[in-house]
Amino acid sequence: MAATTSAKPTGPTPVKNKKKSVFQTNNWVDIFLTVVRLVAIGIIGLGFTLFVIQQATGEGLSSEALRNLIVAGIAQGAMYGLIALGYSMVYGVLGFINFAHGEVFMSGAIAGWIVSDTLFKNGLWESNFIVSLLIVLTVSVFVSTAATILMERIAYRPLRESPRLIPLITSIGVSFFMQNAVLGLIGPSSKNFPALPEWLSKKRGFLGIELEGTKLLVLFVAFVSMAGLWFFVERTKTGKAMRAVAEDKEIAALMGINVDRIIITTFAVGGAMAGVAGVLWGLLFRGVSFLTGFLPGIKAFTAAVIGGVGNLGGSMAGGLILGVAESVGPLLILEPLGIPGVSQLKDVVAFSVLVLVLLFKPSGLFGERLSAEDRA
Amino acid sequence: MTATAANTSDAMASAPGVRSATDVDWRRSANIGGILGITAVFIGLVGMAVGLDKRMLIDPVLSLGYLFVLAIPLIGGWIAAREITLEGMTAPIKGARDIVAGAVAGLVGGAVVAMFLVMLNAWDLQELLPNWSDALLDMYTFGQGVGVGIVLVLVVGLVLGAIGGAVHVIPAKPRRLLSIAVQWVISFAVLEAVIDDLLGGFGLQAVADVIYARRGGLLIIPGLIIGAIAAFVAHRFEGKGAELKTQYMELEPERKNQVSKQGLIIMVVLGIVLPIFLGKIVNELLSNVGLFILLALGLNVVIGRAGILDIGYVAFFAVGSYMMAFLTSPLAPWRESDGILSAVFGWLPVLNWFVALPIVVLTAAIVGVLIGTPVIRMRGDYLAIVTLGFGEIIRLLFLSDWLAPTFGGAQGIRSIPGVNLGFAEINGTDPRAVFYLVAIFVAIAIYVSSQLETSRLGRAWMAIREDESVAEAMGINTVTTKLFAFVVGAILASFSGAIFAAKVGSVFPNSFELLVSIIILVVVIVGGMGNIPGVMMGAVVLIGVLGGPSQPGLLQEFSEFKLLIYGALLVFMMLKKPEGLIPNAARNRELHQEEALQDAWLKGDKPGTTKDEVDDAGPAPSAADIDGSLGLGGATS
Amino acid sequence: MTRLLEIENVSITFGGLKAIDDLNFHVDEGEIVSVIGPNGAGKTTFFNTITGLVTPQIGDIKFEGQSLIGLDPNEITARGLARTFQNVRLFPQMTILENVMVAQHCRTNQRVIGPLFRTAAWKKEEAEIRERAEKVLGFFGHRLVGYRLEQPAFVLSYANRRRLEIARAMATQPKLLLLDEPVAGMNPKESEELTHLIGRLRSEWGFSIVMIEHDMGVVRDVSDRVVVLDHGVTIAQGSYEEVSTNPTVIEAYLGKAAAESEGGGSLDSAAHSGEGAH
Repeated sequence: MAATTSAKPTGPTPVKNKKKSVFQTNNWVDIFLTVVRLVAIGIIGLGFTLFVIQQATGEGLSSEALRNLIVAGIAQGAMYGLIALGYSMVYGVLGFINFAHGEVFMSGAIAGWIVSDTLFKNGLWESNFIVSLLIVLTVSVFVSTAATILMERIAYRPLRESPRLIPLITSIGVSFFMQNAVLGLIGPSSKNFPALPEWLSKKRGFLGIELEGTKLLVLFVAFVSMAGLWFFVERTKTGKAMRAVAEDKEIAALMGINVDRIIITTFAVGGAMAGVAGVLWGLLFRGVSFLTGFLPGIKAFTAAVIGGVGNLGGSMAGGLILGVAESVGPLLILEPLGIPGVSQLKDVVAFSVLVLVLLFKPSGLFGERLSAEDRA
Repeated sequence: MTATAANTSDAMASAPGVRSATDVDWRRSANIGGILGITAVFIGLVGMAVGLDKRMLIDPVLSLGYLFVLAIPLIGGWIAAREITLEGMTAPIKGARDIVAGAVAGLVGGAVVAMFLVMLNAWDLQELLPNWSDALLDMYTFGQGVGVGIVLVLVVGLVLGAIGGAVHVIPAKPRRLLSIAVQWVISFAVLEAVIDDLLGGFGLQAVADVIYARRGGLLIIPGLIIGAIAAFVAHRFEGKGAELKTQYMELEPERKNQVSKQGLIIMVVLGIVLPIFLGKIVNELLSNVGLFILLALGLNVVIGRAGILDIGYVAFFAVGSYMMAFLTSPLAPWRESDGILSAVFGWLPVLNWFVALPIVVLTAAIVGVLIGTPVIRMRGDYLAIVTLGFGEIIRLLFLSDWLAPTFGGAQGIRSIPGVNLGFAEINGTDPRAVFYLVAIFVAIAIYVSSQLETSRLGRAWMAIREDESVAEAMGINTVTTKLFAFVVGAILASFSGAIFAAKVGSVFPNSFELLVSIIILVVVIVGGMGNIPGVMMGAVVLIGVLGGPSQPGLLQEFSEFKLLIYGALLVFMMLKKPEGLIPNAARNRELHQEEALQDAWLKGDKPGTTKDEVDDAGPAPSAADIDGSLGLGGATS
Repeated sequence: MTRLLEIENVSITFGGLKAIDDLNFHVDEGEIVSVIGPNGAGKTTFFNTITGLVTPQIGDIKFEGQSLIGLDPNEITARGLARTFQNVRLFPQMTILENVMVAQHCRTNQRVIGPLFRTAAWKKEEAEIRERAEKVLGFFGHRLVGYRLEQPAFVLSYANRRRLEIARAMATQPKLLLLDEPVAGMNPKESEELTHLIGRLRSEWGFSIVMIEHDMGVVRDVSDRVVVLDHGVTIAQGSYEEVSTNPTVIEAYLGKAAAESEGGGSLDSAAHSGEGAH
């Protein structure tokens, strides 16, 4: 046999390999997962169909009530979105879930309560609300940012090169520690933000919908923060450096980027967004406590997953989707199925959304944007 | 460390020159001092200092609160004076310089606290921070008022910091004896309840009365005696432990086995006999510890062996408890409601605990498969959060009104009978019996996990933990193998849940919050992932001393702060000792054996023998191998 | 001779980059085939494709006449293919013995019941696993046996890690062994010894072998056939002598200009320069 230089195919016509469909597989795990997916779709479909029927026969919710639920969901979702940005940015750059990010949000909320309570006692809250709000926001953002920078410096930086699960476990510890530290500092009871001035909280028409002023304020602040973040990441030099670090840390370092500083900035920006969300949470729900961070933290993570971790716009959208889903979902899908006490199942819905999203589309609805090493 | 100090004392005589006392990294000392001060302020503001002040350790001089606060400058001084010794370099000579470094740190810390005290005195922030109180001011100024107090704080910081630094200066031997004495005195003080109980059980109540003060706390003179005895014993038997160990290591394998068996029998006998002499409180404590050992052994299989970070592990504990309650309680809500369940299973009698157990275990296994299958292919970090989600979903479902007709909602399921043995019933009123029951299941769990660890499945788990894709390329079906770990973990947790239900007599959703999962995780990590004795020790120390999520430990005063400590401990362990506090005995043995063999080889290395000849001559490792093993061993461990 | 492995028209694209382009390849039973090629030629992707880590978009891979497409890596290993990795990937915290024992996973089947009730079948299987492990390790002389059995794999020297990795692959009881640069990082004496062992792997253990290698001496000494890959395409195949004088191959290694100017440049020097870029 001579040394043949084979250039063109000589064999039979090439077979195109398609991904095997579930019906061909004999792997019971795949079959099980398919069944789970089908059941989930079935339940959601059934509930929704029943809901539509009820609406048609006039037994269901009034459109007014439904609209209120959606608006409430959007307001809450905006906060989830703001918190989710922190998860997303850190995940994008370091490839790890900062489990304690919910606690960063909580620290912002608590700081907001301390300042607003003091201002209320001074009378400034009543006399000049806008200035007070700016002060509260500034302090909260400062506290959250400081908390997250400290966290990075003390707990996460030494672990940057360790196996993935080590920093994750550490962040669980940080979260636990912060919760209980705040419990020790301010006590177990729920603390109330002072009430908003009447001129702000009253209902007003907006685009033909009657809206509570507070919710409008929440949406406005969330929108401004989001726009600011977008400008920062897409338009500034630091933002570009951040994206470079997210893509490949080593190369970025070779290009003269101070990776440590960029990572801290990432944490800080995420922390600032969480701080804003903390104040908004306090304004909207008024009560805050050491546990305030836990559920919103997990839900914001869910939002980040829905939107695709590392994808900032996706995170915000994911937050809105989750907020609306958990606000409307129980009434839209569970209530028509005849399940009593559905409002208690709000959190079950949120967690189920997390499980389902990861079952159906682990990379999120809008796609992940991860660094090269994490994709591998 | 000991070696360093020994060098020091030798070197002192012929010292080429002791460094001047001012050769201190001032900035570092001051930074450490700042951290010390902030820590002290933090401990005060979270209420730990005042809260723990109630517990006397050594009557009347030292309370637990003061121990905590005063330990800060001591440890800080020690850290400030510590220097990194590089491999192969002569250790820096210890001397006055170390004391100065410690003292500076202590002084700066004292200054921070002093500033805090001024603020504490001037402003009233108690409305915002409940612990911003006069009690705290009183405690931190040693009851002397602000003016004198501030001076005192500075002096105490300075002195304790200096003492902390001086620890480096003391020669190895006295340092060891001193530390043993201190450890023993503190252990006697901390373990007061157990020792009191034990002495009482043996009819030696009089001794306990002599040692301990009536209102709690070790008395000073008995304390000193205990310390002296401990130091004397340590001095007298120095090195005996290591000697015994080498003797044991040199035994023939068969004889070794025999000795281990004898040791095991002694342990078992102790385990059976000791509780008879212990009172209710300690037995209660032991049974709680046992329940957590069960849980920790289960989680150890999942995370320590197979490397799956399951933080919704409490779900299986909950399923075990609820299922047991569901089957054995005559007042289980489903029996009274007129839903489908009572229609279909109405014939089902109230089961005996032992009859119900297989059903409980089976249910837990099924839930394990149901939860495990969807998550098992996810990335590690997603898996963690999703298991957490499942844990919460299960708790919320037990809590919901929707399933209240079955599981009782927030009211839970009550009047669960104890474990009926025919001649007696084990329930929460008799903690000793519960302890025996738990001990039997712990023994089963140890057997199961150690037996599986060394089997085909255990090896596959380990391979997956080390490198999942290579494990798959070596022919391991990672999905089913991981699922097995999940299910074994679920079953062990359901044992614990089943006993828990019978012990407490009622189950509520609130007993199964996320924090239970996290506490079990801390226990596993502190003990050392994948290391059965370590995990058990972790449970004994943490749950025994600090307490479980709702179970008090020995230091009941800690109950408010234990979660804070658990969180801090988790972070600390991950940063400093991710492999756990208790080193893996097997791994240690291997490393030591290797050193011994290398020594033997080096001795036998006659001049003129080339490396290659040695390499080919027999089992001795080649020089390259030794280099590799030393370098890499050091880097990896 | 019967065909053991057949690769038909396989193509693999990573986001527009063709890593393997319409590749045809086969191994007969009892053959030792070397795959060579400059860095980035797609050699490791080629191994990853065979072992199921990467699924080809187009084409078919047949082992003993049955397609491997769509099988998980562990199923492929169970069919009788085993591999080593270019950047040695052992289970470092497991002992040397355990590393080899765990590789017999797909040839054994005791799960929970056996070890818990210490059944006779389990004891027998454990004994067999251990015996086989020691036999496989014994193939490398005294280096991996004796006191070494109980040592964690991370204490081993680089060369011994490579040996252990081969032992681990052998323990899966394959028909076809895929070795990814088995002598990389070894000194000349060690690689000479390993070359010898590779020959024995066929003669004594009956494995067919596909080997990726940069060391032309080893390739020359052991291979029945040499296949040259470049940019995911087979540019030449045949005996070592045939391939090493093939102008296309030399061009691939040295570049067109060099091939022309040097005229009769030999592959041995070319491969070395190729390695230099490594």
